Formats: sequence, structure tokens, C-alpha cells
Amino acid sequence: MFTQPGDCADPQGWGFWGATALLLSAESWQGAAAEGRAFSSPAPGIAGAGCTNSTEASVDVLKAAALLQGSEPTQGTQTLIPHPQRRSLPLADPTTQERARRGAQHRWLPARAFTGAGCREGEGGARSNAEALPCPPRSDIGSRGCLSAGSARPARGEPRGQRRRGSGATGGCGGGSVRPGLKTRAGSGAGRSRGNDAGERNAAGPGLGPTRAGCGAQAAPGCRKRAGGRRSAAVCCSSGIADMVLKVFFPSCCSSAESGILIGRWISEQNSAVILAVVHFPFIPVQVKQFLSELQRVTKVNVSVLGSWNNSKQEKEESLSEFLEDLGTIFSHEPWIQISKEGDSKFWSCSTLQKRSNNHREEEIILVYYDQRKVMLSCLHPPLDTAASTAQEAEDASRLSAIFDTVAKSKVLFMTDKYDDGPIKLTHWQSDGVEASIIVELMKQASVPTCMLLTFLLSLISGACKSRMLKFWPLSFLWSKLSTCEQLAHRLQHLQVISSNKKAQNQTQLMRKANIFVSLLIDVALGILLMSWLYRKNRIGHLADTLIPVADRVAEELQDLLQWLMGAPAGLKMNRALDQVLGRFFLYHIHLWISYIHLMSPFIEMILWYVGLSACLGLTVALCILSDIVALLTFHIYCFYVYGARLYCLKIYGLSSLWRLFRGKKWNVLRQRVDSCSYDLDQLFIGTLLFTILLFLLPTTALYYLVFTLLRLLVVIVQGLIHLLVDLVDSLPLYSIILRLCRSYRLAAGVKFRVLEQQDGKPLRLLMQINPLSYGSVVQTYRLPTYSCYPKDSWTSLCKKLFLGELIYPWKHKGEKQD
Amino acid sequence: MQSQERPFRSASGEPLALRRRQHSASCRELALRRPRLQLRSLSAVTSAVWLAAYGVFVLSENSMVLSAAIFITLVGLIIYLHFVKIDQESLLVIGSLGIQLTSSYASGKESTTFIEMSRVKDVVINEAIYMQKVIYYLCILLKDPQDPQGVSEVVPLFQSSQPRLDCLMEVYKSCQEILDQRKEAPQSSGIK
Repeated sequence: MFTQPGDCADPQGWGFWGATALLLSAESWQGAAAEGRAFSSPAPGIAGAGCTNSTEASVDVLKAAALLQGSEPTQGTQTLIPHPQRRSLPLADPTTQERARRGAQHRWLPARAFTGAGCREGEGGARSNAEALPCPPRSDIGSRGCLSAGSARPARGEPRGQRRRGSGATGGCGGGSVRPGLKTRAGSGAGRSRGNDAGERNAAGPGLGPTRAGCGAQAAPGCRKRAGGRRSAAVCCSSGIADMVLKVFFPSCCSSAESGILIGRWISEQNSAVILAVVHFPFIPVQVKQFLSELQRVTKVNVSVLGSWNNSKQEKEESLSEFLEDLGTIFSHEPWIQISKEGDSKFWSCSTLQKRSNNHREEEIILVYYDQRKVMLSCLHPPLDTAASTAQEAEDASRLSAIFDTVAKSKVLFMTDKYDDGPIKLTHWQSDGVEASIIVELMKQASVPTCMLLTFLLSLISGACKSRMLKFWPLSFLWSKLSTCEQLAHRLQHLQVISSNKKAQNQTQLMRKANIFVSLLIDVALGILLMSWLYRKNRIGHLADTLIPVADRVAEELQDLLQWLMGAPAGLKMNRALDQVLGRFFLYHIHLWISYIHLMSPFIEMILWYVGLSACLGLTVALCILSDIVALLTFHIYCFYVYGARLYCLKIYGLSSLWRLFRGKKWNVLRQRVDSCSYDLDQLFIGTLLFTILLFLLPTTALYYLVFTLLRLLVVIVQGLIHLLVDLVDSLPLYSIILRLCRSYRLAAGVKFRVLEQQDGKPLRLLMQINPLSYGSVVQTYRLPTYSCYPKDSWTSLCKKLFLGELIYPWKHKGEKQD
Repeated sequence: MQSQERPFRSASGEPLALRRRQHSASCRELALRRPRLQLRSLSAVTSAVWLAAYGVFVLSENSMVLSAAIFITLVGLIIYLHFVKIDQESLLVIGSLGIQLTSSYASGKESTTFIEMSRVKDVVINEAIYMQKVIYYLCILLKDPQDPQGVSEVVPLFQSSQPRLDCLMEVYKSCQEILDQRKEAPQSSGIK
């Protein structure tokens, strides 16, 4: 179906000649189109080659004519657009017929045979004349830096009037006038030459850009307007809204792609074009349009044909540029971007074709290369929450997120590779073959039944945990006090999140799931490591054996302390009686405690052995168990603290109340303030007496309170450190950190631009790279929430509470009532 | 592409070099280079640390002190070169894309920030009173999304080089030339 133009059976193009003659006598475009319609064949024909017999060729010629005229775009687009052949062109000949004949020798779009005759000749002639790369003459802008060698100038004497498009003979195009739309390119060429030395431009390599600029003036605007019905999209071309600079984001993977047309997204409010792929010749325009509309439907990205890409391995072909420009008539897009690359040159030429632009502004073009795969996979931070933002916000969203979004949503486009047997041949980052990992696929398949099993198990466990039996008062109190239970509940919740069958909606949820999974994995791995270490040399037996002696030792130390307090601690003189009472009370308490410990001692080892097994549930669980054991072992210290604190608190309140009485004041509970009050004499007497007693007993109580508070704080600090470690393991987003380390482009804080080598007259070349997020921001963004909260009290309030004897609970858990 | 380099001084007197490169009509790069790490200061610090360590060794007869001193010197040097010593700060202004700030450290690390043009309100020279000095610094004013006239953030430039006012004026003029280009178009972004 797609024969190359080279292998044709009609070298002289007589078929074309006949067709040309036929059409040259046509009166109007409509007529031509009608004829074309009349002859249209069902199958998409070969437009470019004279390989078929002349009738078919003429049919195709006409169809292509209709195509170019665009008067019946839907009909004409059945034509296949082949790979343009690169051939050198014969000498120029001013007569129309000669032109037509020579034009017929081009094995391209036959329409070109008669449409582009004048154009081609001029270019071809001058070129074969003197290996220069000239433009056909444009007298008014020829001097403005049209790329040329000096010697080619005479050949360009051909008046521009003779360059005509469409059916030249009919003159319907009013040849010779410069289309206003093309002023842009001419102007841009002019602008470039203004800034540069003309000589530089001559020497400036085989760029089609300046040529484009010079060659801008084509035949009349009338043709185009009639031909295309191209009405540009309202936004960008109206005066002054867009930036003056056109930005083209080009994927680096397409740098070595064959010639074709560019598809991507045009972001008009930013005047930038994001190119996603290159569609190669040969293709059928209507199929391309269907493909694009299907893509649009699936990805919700406004993908369209943006321009043409010309990668010529040999020296540049001027006529090719015309051909590519004509493609712009088939796929109407405003502006039509043309990028061309010669050989291995780094410096490409880029130009735009504005069909309708009212302002004659010079447009600079910036070519930004980007790595398609990395941009597709990366996620820009801070992420825009699409559910929450309104349409207006989404529009105002940063330009970069629009670009990242475009590429990311076009994932479907990148799934077709060159081994697919579709009608459209694309080049993008995955066009050499879609890569996938077997392991990942297997895991994806395996994850579904695993998740279901896990969900079932978890529902059983949580059902058991929520049973009424465990909710009775002593048990529920115990569960709330043990941090192990909190940790287990937390982990259970994590497991439920992972094993849910719903796919993660957005990046944040996905990262959270991944972080939880990795955290659980590491936790369990470390726990098993700990367990193996503990059980290896029966260390747990040793631990159990040393537990009782340690408890005994602690009790002994406490007893010594109390004895010391009962004497004259630090030289202070205590109230003997109170001292003895308190001391004996606490000593008896310790004695009771030791008895209970000794009672449990035969079971300790067994209990510890089984409890140690639960370390396989995770290091965090093991640490929580350790913290609970510490709490249980120092329970008597806690009790002492509470007794001492309550006593002290009572004393302080009593003292303050009696002090008020001493001064004749009273605390008004209703008004929450101090009021004066007149007391009776006996009230005053007893009050003063009590005040004196309490005051002189204060040092003793205060000393006991101080000692036990310090001990309690010590235990609290130890427990706090263990909980800190547990929280660290719980909340650290390890997956995100490893991702940042190994695949830093996935977490993007922004982009960075690098200026590549420049050449005067060529568009500005930049390389866009991804700027990864810093580790601090990674941890902050993806931290997993934990159940505990850290001390809410500031230092001053803590000191105040201590002074007043109020009980302090530094580690309040979320969900507990505040005391 | 034109490139020119001029010497200036920083606020503390050290010599700086400002290099201006014009890549295209709307793209300019301004790089401020600081003097590199001098061999004499490096050797001075190293010998001081080692002499002190040797003194401690003589007093304590513990050879660990010497190894510790060597280790500390090495680690300290690496940390200094990688996190502290900034060799070059550059500003890349691309009209219609944005402004990029790059700091290159002595170890080769580059930390880059890119600010999009739609967020940039203006580039100004501010003056600050620090102790007894008045310091001039160049900063970028960012637009506040809620309040079109307000400034949401101020990003100071050339923090570690701290060039003097003459250098800042050069940079300011260059930046303003490009920022003016975007003001020539009546609206620069958004569909109005």
C-alpha cells in the first residue's frame, strides 16, 4: 500500500503531465474538487508516486489537489501522505509549462506538480546553479538575510509573482502579494538578521530557519483562506495576550527520529508547545486525526498536530520545506511549528507559520529539551490537589505543572511502540519497545489474592479485638495503659490500609501505602533479627534470671534512700514524727512489692520467653514491650510519686487557703476570684493554728515529694526515649527516602534549566532537568502520622505544675481524655 | 553570544568577578565568582589543629588523640567544601520562562532554584541595617496569589558573595532589561 516514490514505473511523470494539463484548464477550485470527488477511489491510493497508471495517478492528483485546497477536507484527507523523496531539482525555466513539467518530475504529492511549480523551480534552479542554498527571489525581503551564497543571486531574479500555489494559471490566488500571515516569519527572519551579521547567516550552516524566513512569502492569502478554512483558535493570536516568545518543549528521545509531524499539546495561555511524539510518513491524515481524537478521549489531554519535523541526513532540501508547510493546511493548527535538523548538526532551525495574525511582531523561539521518561514519571511537589482546586486555580497553576501533567497523562500514547501493526508510526521514549519487568507483573498478579487473604484475616482479628469481652472495665483500663496494645492497634490499622483492594487514587496515597509497606517490612525484619539475637545463646533466659535480682536491687536502693530521708538528709532537720510515718509507710509498700515480685519469680522466665516471641511482630512491638516492662517494674516508684504528690498538693492548697484566711480574704468559687471576708474569731484562731502546723510540716513533705518526683522523672525519660525510637521507626518514610536516593527524578521540587551551546540565528537551546526534592522536605511531606503526641506543656507550665504538686503525664496519647 | 567579565568587591572586601553572558535576546546569565579556597589558609588551620592535638597528646599520652585529630580535620574539610564554601553564584534570567539561581560549592555540588516568571513581581535592591553597617542586597519579589499588589515572599540573591552596590547595579540593570520585555506585552500570562 505504501510504495516508495522511488520505484515508479513512470519516470517521466507523463501521468502527471496529463493530469496537470487537465487541471490547468480548470476554472475554479470547486470544480477541481468536484472532479476529484468524481474520481475518488475507495482505497487510499498512493499519492506520491507515478508508479501506477496515469488514470490512477490523475485520480490521486486530483484528490491531493482537493486535499491541498482543503475545500473538502474530509474527502481529501483519505490521501496517504508519503515520505517525501529527496531528489535534486532541475534548472529553472520561466515558462509555466516548463515549470509544470519539471514540477511533475518530483515524485511527491502530485499537487505539487502544478501548485508548487513556480516555487520549486526557483529554489531548484538556483540551487543546482551554484551549490548555494538560496531562496527563491523575494525582492522585498530577499535582502533581509535570506540564506544564500552570493553567487546564487542572479538565479533569484525570478519575480515573486510567479511563485504561486494552487492552480497557478487560474491566478485565483492573486500571486505576488505577501500574505500578512507570513510577515511573522519574514519579520522573524528580519529580526534575526537585524541582530546578526548577514554574512554570519550566510555561513550559518544548513538551517532551514532563515530559509523559512526568507521563503515566507508565498502566494496569496486568498488561497490559504479558501483552502483551509483555518481559523485559528481564538486565544493566542488575538493581539497581545500571549507572550512574545514561543516555547517548544521537545523530547530528547525524538532528536534522531525520522521526519514526520509533531503531535503534542499546545498551551495557548503560555504560548508553549509540548511535543509528545513524532508521527512518521507515510500516514493517512484522517487516521491520524481519528487516533488523536481517540487519544484525547482517553487521556483528557488536548493532543493535536502541532507542526512538522524534518530530519534530513543529507543536505537540505528546500522543496521539502514547502511540502512540510503544506501539511499545515491539512492539520490546521495555529501556529504551525516547523523544526528541521540537518545531518548531525546540533543547531536546529525552528520556525512558525501563523496563518492569521494581525500583529506583526517578531517572535523568538526557545527550544527546551526534556527527558520524556523522567518527566512522565516524576511528581511535582507541592502536589496540586485536583479535587479541591477550582477550574480557575487549575488554570493559574504553574506552567511547569501543566507540562508535567501533559506528559504524565499521556502515558497511553507511549504504550504503542514501533512493533505494533497500526497505521500510525510514532517515535517517543518507548517507541523502541515497551519495557516491563516480569517480577513486577508477577507481584501485581500475586498481590490481589494476597490482599484478599490479608483483609479476611484482619477482619477476623479486629472482630476478635472488638468483642465485648475485652471491653469490661479492668481490661479496657489495662489495654489503654499498655503501650504495646496501642502499637499493635496502630500496626493493625496500617495493615488494613495496605491490604485494601482499592487502588491508590493519587500520588500521595500511593506513596503512603508504599511507605507503610516498607516500614512494616523493615520493622518485622529488625524484630526477627532481634529475636534471633535474643534467643541464640539463651540470652532471654539470662535476662529473665537477672530480672529478679535487678528488681531486688532497686528495692534495696529505695530502702536505703528512705532510711536516709528518715534520718537527717543533707543535714536538714525534719519533723521527726511525720518523717517516721511517711518513711515507714513507704518502706512497707516496698516490702509488699518485693513480696509480689518474689511470688512471680518462677513464672518470670516462661512469661518472658513467650513475650519475647512477640518481637517477631516487629521491633516497635519489642520496644513497646520493653517500655511496658520498665513501667511495671518501677510501678512502686510511680505509686510513691503519686502519694508524695498528692500529699504535697494537699498541703500547698491548704496553705494557700489558710494564708488567705490569715489575711482576711476568701476564694470565691462562683466568681473565681479572691474576695475579702470577715471571719469569726474562733475561725481565725483555728485557721492560724492549722496554718502554722502545715507550714512547719512543709519541708518534710516537700523533700519526699522532691525525691520521688525526681525518680519518677528519670523513669519517664527512659520511657520517653524508647517511645521516641518507636515513633521514629513508625513514621519514617523509608520508601520515599530510598526513592529520593535512587530515583531522584520521581520526586521533583522543580526544574532547572541549562543553557546549551548556542549559535546565532538559531533558537535558544535549553535543557530542562528535574530538580529533586531535598531530603528534609521528603521526610516532612511523606511522614506517616503516629498515635502519640509529644509533651504539650511548655517548660514554664511544667515547672508550675511541679511546684503546685499537680500530677504530670508527659506522654499523653491521642484519644485519651486530658486529666 | 557575548561574554564579559569585570572585577568587583564584596561587602567585606574580598575580590569578586562578575561575568555577564548574553545567550539570546531574552536570556542572560550573570555569574559572580568568589575567590577559591587558599592553600595558605587551609594549611594554617590544619597545622593549628594538629599542633593542638599534639599538645594534648603530650599531656595525656593517648595516641587516639592524634588519630582523632586527623579524622576530624578530614571530615571537617569535606563538610566545609561540600556544604559551606560557595565558589560561584549565578543568576540565569530567561524572559518568559523564569529566573534560576544556582550556587556552586567548592566540591562541585550545585544547588539550584527556579522561579517561574509568573510568580516574579520584580527584582529590586533593598538596603538593610546590620549592626553598624548598611548593606545592599538584591532580591526578587514574588507575587501574592491572593493580593495582586502584594508581595508574598522576598528571595534574596547573592547571599554568600554579598557584592557591593556597584556590582548590584550592573546585575539590576541586566535583569530589568529582560523583565521590561515581558511588560511590553500587555498581559503576560493567563487567559483574561
